[in-house]
Amino acid sequence: MGEAIAFYTLAALILAFGVLVITARSTVHSILFLVANFIFVAALYVLLGAQFLAVIQVVVYAGGIVVLYLFVVMLVNLKRPPEAHHDRRRRTGLGLAFGLVVLAEFVAIAVYKLVQPGSMPPGPPMSPDNVQLVGRVLYTEYLVPFEVASMLLLVAMIGAIVLARREL
Amino acid sequence: MTPITPAHYMILSAALFIIGVIGVMTRRNIIVIFMSIELILNAVNINLIAFSAQVGNAVGQVFAIFVICVAAAEAAVGLGIILAFYRNKETVNIDEMNLMRW
Repeated sequence: MGEAIAFYTLAALILAFGVLVITARSTVHSILFLVANFIFVAALYVLLGAQFLAVIQVVVYAGGIVVLYLFVVMLVNLKRPPEAHHDRRRRTGLGLAFGLVVLAEFVAIAVYKLVQPGSMPPGPPMSPDNVQLVGRVLYTEYLVPFEVASMLLLVAMIGAIVLARREL
Repeated sequence: MTPITPAHYMILSAALFIIGVIGVMTRRNIIVIFMSIELILNAVNINLIAFSAQVGNAVGQVFAIFVICVAAAEAAVGLGIILAFYRNKETVNIDEMNLMRW
């Protein structure tokens, strides 16, 4: 009962802030709504028993990536709003239609699964020691992908520095 | 009230994904488009973690960590590209990003 109330509240907040992110006029407002969205998603992770990821979500997304976005908004000092220039070949309605096609696809899959319910047996409950659990899997089974991810971050860091330099 | 199953999380995740897709399709400000991509990646993470909790092992959470890592790399490089583009054309409107159009 408590879980259901928490889930529905968080789901409503996540979706509401998601809609606000893509509809807000000002980019800075968009970013602030994005922070709220990330924090409620982190709360949803706690509800699912993934405490470590909830902390990662807040630290990396709400702390790191959002600050990066704010810096870029500050650096690109817009003299005219980006929505002012309108390319006649680009139609917003068409984009919306494509989004609704994706929605219809998802609904079709959901209806199909309702007709043929596949049952997924619930596994054993996870141990409450979430950090230890994640760490054990990450550093034994997925050690090589972990190292590759560190290489990816290094390459991205160098790439970002090279791209953002004054003289390219 | 029915108990919360992975199907509930999948529906939430699909809804968030579609919000992100509509954002990518309809907005012209490239910074907002990048934020929509972050929404899409978040939707994927919700799915992974819901199934991780259902199946009862931590592999889904490990993959969510990798997704967050890729999202961070994507944001850093993408925002670098936005800055480089802005220095050349003084705009962040994707309709004007046609330097490489044939």
